[in-house]
Amino acid sequence: MKRRNFLELSALGFGGLMLPSIPVFGDIISPERALEQVDPALKKRLADVALNSAKSKGASYADVRIGRYLQQYIFTREKQVQNIVNAESYGVGVRVLANGTWGFAATSDVSDKGIAKAAEQAVAIAKANAKLQKEPVQLAPVQGYGEVSWRTPIEKNAFEVPVGEKADLLLAANAAAMDNGANFVNSALFQVNEQKYFASTEGSYIDQDIHRIWPNFTVTAVDKASGKFRTREALSAPMGMGYEYMNPKASEKIKGPEGTGLMGYRYAYDMLEDATLAAKQAREKLSAKSVMAGKYDLVLDPNHLGLTIHESVGHPLELDRVLGYEANYAGTSFATLDKWKTKNFKYGSDKVNIFADKTQPGSLGYVGWDDEGVKTKKWDLIKDGTLVNYQAIRDQAHIINEPESHGCCYADSWSSVQFQRMPNVSLAPGKEKKNVDQLISGVDKGIYIAGRGSYSIDQQRYNFQFGGTTFHEIKNGKIVGPLEDVAYQSNTQEFWNSCSDMCDESDYRLFGSFFDGKGQPSQVSAVSHGSAHTRFNGVNVINTARKI
Amino acid sequence: MAILSKEEAQAILKKALGFSKADECEITLSGNNGGNIRYARNEVSTSGAEENVSMAVESRFGKRSGVATINEFDDKSLEKVIRRSEEIARLAPESPEYVELLGPQKYITTKEHFDSTAKIDPAYRADAAAKSIKAAADKGLTAAGFLEHYTRFTAKMNNKGLFAYHPSTVVDFSVTMRTEDGTGSGYVTQDFSDVSKLDTGKASQIAAEKAANSRSAKALEPGKYTVILEPAASIDLLQNMFYNMDQRNAEEGRSFMSKPGGKTKVGEKLVDERITVYSDPTNAEVPSAPFSGDGRPQQKVVWVDKGVVKNLYNSRFWASNKGAVSVPPPSNIIMEGGNQSLEDMIKSTKRGILVTRLWYIRSVDPQTLLYTGLTRDGTFYIENGKIMYPVKNFRFNESPIIMLNNLEALGKPQRISGSLIPPMKIRDFTFTSLSDAV
Repeated sequence: MKRRNFLELSALGFGGLMLPSIPVFGDIISPERALEQVDPALKKRLADVALNSAKSKGASYADVRIGRYLQQYIFTREKQVQNIVNAESYGVGVRVLANGTWGFAATSDVSDKGIAKAAEQAVAIAKANAKLQKEPVQLAPVQGYGEVSWRTPIEKNAFEVPVGEKADLLLAANAAAMDNGANFVNSALFQVNEQKYFASTEGSYIDQDIHRIWPNFTVTAVDKASGKFRTREALSAPMGMGYEYMNPKASEKIKGPEGTGLMGYRYAYDMLEDATLAAKQAREKLSAKSVMAGKYDLVLDPNHLGLTIHESVGHPLELDRVLGYEANYAGTSFATLDKWKTKNFKYGSDKVNIFADKTQPGSLGYVGWDDEGVKTKKWDLIKDGTLVNYQAIRDQAHIINEPESHGCCYADSWSSVQFQRMPNVSLAPGKEKKNVDQLISGVDKGIYIAGRGSYSIDQQRYNFQFGGTTFHEIKNGKIVGPLEDVAYQSNTQEFWNSCSDMCDESDYRLFGSFFDGKGQPSQVSAVSHGSAHTRFNGVNVINTARKI
Repeated sequence: MAILSKEEAQAILKKALGFSKADECEITLSGNNGGNIRYARNEVSTSGAEENVSMAVESRFGKRSGVATINEFDDKSLEKVIRRSEEIARLAPESPEYVELLGPQKYITTKEHFDSTAKIDPAYRADAAAKSIKAAADKGLTAAGFLEHYTRFTAKMNNKGLFAYHPSTVVDFSVTMRTEDGTGSGYVTQDFSDVSKLDTGKASQIAAEKAANSRSAKALEPGKYTVILEPAASIDLLQNMFYNMDQRNAEEGRSFMSKPGGKTKVGEKLVDERITVYSDPTNAEVPSAPFSGDGRPQQKVVWVDKGVVKNLYNSRFWASNKGAVSVPPPSNIIMEGGNQSLEDMIKSTKRGILVTRLWYIRSVDPQTLLYTGLTRDGTFYIENGKIMYPVKNFRFNESPIIMLNNLEALGKPQRISGSLIPPMKIRDFTFTSLSDAV
């Protein structure tokens, strides 16, 4: 039984989400029920039912995920709450290896009988598919961890905060925007809690409680006389945190470049402050100068660069893409195994150090163990500009001669089969002490880009075109004013090789994607990308203004 | 259980409604039964089946509304879900956009359910994948494909006398084939309500041919080109346009349909006069439900007639607030075309580019409906009526509004993603850079 509903949001004005609809899984429940937990002792007993029946039917390996997935989404516009979604999805997924082939089955019937049936079904599917298999699945070894548990280190569970209080905060942000020149504002708060229990025949029983949060808004300003309209997206980040992210803290604010008025937020967001500025900037955009197309040095804000890293480094280094498993949908990758094997493929300049890390506090991908019971870790993808590794899970590690999985296996529901998903992929900050004004001071002709805009990249991740939410012109080392109609087009390798400088670690912060899609049928996952402000030289900028 | 007949659905809905104590109550019961198979590197990678029935209850007290859902249908569960929706409604704030539920409606009949599709089983799926893989292997190519199918029903009843029921089936198939050296790639996608129209082996030949013929593409300078867009290439741009013709956004001044002073472009000529686009749930090629999600009857609606904007869709709230005719969102998109085949259109082209598919399409400017994206899986140069050679993929920056003004010719419409779209010849289509991607 699969329960998947889609909440149509296209008409709600969330341009920044870049999604036709927001996936909502499961049944609608009361907010109080979200605070209940299933007893781990019961989950262990049920997990053993799955493992034992899979083994008795001939599985050489089995894992089981007993998952309770909770979501609370709040949507508002101007003075009204449009929708509050409280959803729960509870069930069991069993994955087995039989005759060297994977089989998977899932059920919402969380009883001994229901689970045993799913395990049997998974073995039957594995055996049937084994006839079409060319080579048996090879699993990298993994340690059995016994009975262990892990929880996102949150200070305040967002699900414990009354819905009314959260809705009031969104409405207050809307009011701040409206008072400062917005014509319209849509805001939302996404909260997710995954209560996941994993067990496998390797001897692990892992209980995890994972929390994520994302406040977001889009402010629209309209010039009635000319009919022109412009939007400004929130500069928040989706985080692997509790409600503490919503409490502003001066220590977590990083002042943006002189002359932009912008503020960066690290581990605490100030929604009212951002909404106030957003409204002013949306109005400012209506009369901002249209960019002259040409080559510019770009200085990219971490709240923009995160998705550039996501698209041009995160996705191309997914090993299943490289091998062709995603060819019909997301595509393949330019970062082929032969390039990696040369050990000198210059992905970027010497300044570029990009790492994968499933253990970064505050990040969306931070967990103790992945969805096949592998302890999470940090590893290098690009070292001093050279491609050194990919993202691989247990059945892929042998292809790139890794002794163990990287621990980046994930399923978006108990009812979806787990597969390789992007870990947090981040750009290491510079070693030399430098703030953003110092970084900009070296730029003669450039553009400062902040926030998320339009991100489009080809199916092998060579050619991309990205936009942002605010643009400022840099002349002779200084911000001189706002710009509009900006998008930059480049080639991944050329772009990262043009990386010339970056701020230090005090400027480093996380950005990310709350609903990253992959696979057929499509599954979502959440992933963070950290960076400090970074400079790229001589990038091609186009003017996107048109007349219709 | 997943697919209920009209009578079964009606009986459950009546029983559930009997438990209601709210001023207004509307219940939607829907179910699906489906399966899929995915393959890559010429072997099956995953396959699965799913079924689901679920009930959503909306209860209202005055202007307060609450929704609850459930997937069990015994008396106790039905009463529980009704009570839960009533509890949520009592706690909800009053909605400033409240509109009374619809009373009894007259719906036309549409045939979207086909037994052939409802009967698809794992053996059919395996065979469909095997035929596609064979088409690849025969030519030394590598296939990655996906087939999924659903049988669905939706039923709706409320305490004002509305009852609606609609069963449907659909099958979607797509495959990408690549040459072993990775220098060529081809794609095909087809979808039908009636699976007897689908031949995955035959369809896969098209992808195979495109892959084999697209090896070693030449680079052309980016710029403005005459293009022939196959329906699979234009569909996303057209859907982005026609599913965004919302009256409220237009009147609020934040749509490509807005005009200065809170006016809209209804009644104005927006695109070439050969463009006529409408929705029609009774169309035999692209049948769809005779009612929209909120229960409003769907019927033929003309969106653009000979280039002139005729209608925008709206919510019931916006229609009543503005005293406008209530128009639900498009049930499907049908663009009128001509009789020319794709081959005829190529023959009549002096210089141009044939585009199989556009990919990673993202909005650049909602004001002008400017989108960017890339060509993919079969891009060819045409000269003097003949396909001359494959060309490297391009990034485009183009608005469907500008595109439909630069129309040269329309071919014979064909079904794509539940819509009926002709191949189109467009002049001055804007390619802004080259991509090395294959």
